[in-house]
Amino acid sequence: MHELSLTQGVVEAITARLGSRRVVMVRLEIGKLSGVVVDSVRFCFDLVVAGTSVAGARLEIVEPGGRARCRDCAVEFATDDPILLCPCGSSDVEVLVGTELLIKAVEVEPDVRDVRV
Amino acid sequence: MCATCGCEDHSHGTVINLEERLLARNDHLAAHVREWLAGIDVRAYNLMSSPGSGKTTLLERTVRELGVPCSVIEGDQETAFDADRIRATGVPAVQVNTGAGCHLDAVMVRKALAELDPVAGSVVFVENVGNLVCPALFDLGETGRVVILSVTEGEDKPLKYPHLVRTGDVVLLNKVDLLPYLDFSVDRFLRCLRQVNPHAPVFQVSARTGDGLADWYDWLSLLP
Ligand SMILES: [Zn+2]
Repeated sequence: MHELSLTQGVVEAITARLGSRRVVMVRLEIGKLSGVVVDSVRFCFDLVVAGTSVAGARLEIVEPGGRARCRDCAVEFATDDPILLCPCGSSDVEVLVGTELLIKAVEVEPDVRDVRV
Repeated sequence: MCATCGCEDHSHGTVINLEERLLARNDHLAAHVREWLAGIDVRAYNLMSSPGSGKTTLLERTVRELGVPCSVIEGDQETAFDADRIRATGVPAVQVNTGAGCHLDAVMVRKALAELDPVAGSVVFVENVGNLVCPALFDLGETGRVVILSVTEGEDKPLKYPHLVRTGDVVLLNKVDLLPYLDFSVDRFLRCLRQVNPHAPVFQVSARTGDGLADWYDWLSLLP
């Protein structure tokens, strides 16, 4: 359940950046080839935000699909399968997209500093 | 007017772009560990396997026979049984209990290394928590990653745990002394392995009989 420590890390990173500002939305990017189970992150998120400034925040998760390039035949192909096989049969591939694990953005409650007259 | 989007409706909040990597803190600490180890000429190997693959037996034998000063960091959810087994060989060992945690991370390894205080020119083996899933993502600052599978586990293990097996710099197939008693096809295992890890050297070993361990010791000695 590495999703638990990852999700705890999300909350720690957010509070480190934003202090006690109330967070109402968290947007993560979890690539389909990252080895992280999105449903587990959702489950853990509700548990770890309790009692923090992120409590009650909406969780949005963007899941980029995988893209890889074959080192044998140079073909680029799309795949969401963790067993990365090129259509040519080679497994010697380089992942281009799909292993992202990012905190993309958060939405914080309206603050007087954000409002201009 | 709202400074973020120019609308008249202030009921929504402000979106702040963070673009922060989830593993940034771990990877940063791991980089420090790697630098620190290089500075004292110590190599560290992260040993990853399922429970019962024979990892501790392999380590007991390796620290006795490698011919280089060794020390061990033992990761387990509970108990100090494995560290006790290693200390019985005369080698320093630090036990890290992760409690609910299913993997070691760079924070735990940095702390354990400080306690272990390895001598210059030595080798540190980090026995990760027995688990073929979670350790995959966590860089410990290691010099190399070792995947240990055994012939009692089935030939398709690499395909079942592709994320972790892919990260191995070397793969050990342990318990080959049991092959005569099992329906385990080494060829099929190698085919499955190559689908997720095309290049890592593979050594067929028996930590019990010592079969094949010379290749493993050579690999450890040859690496910078
Ligand atoms: Zn190809």
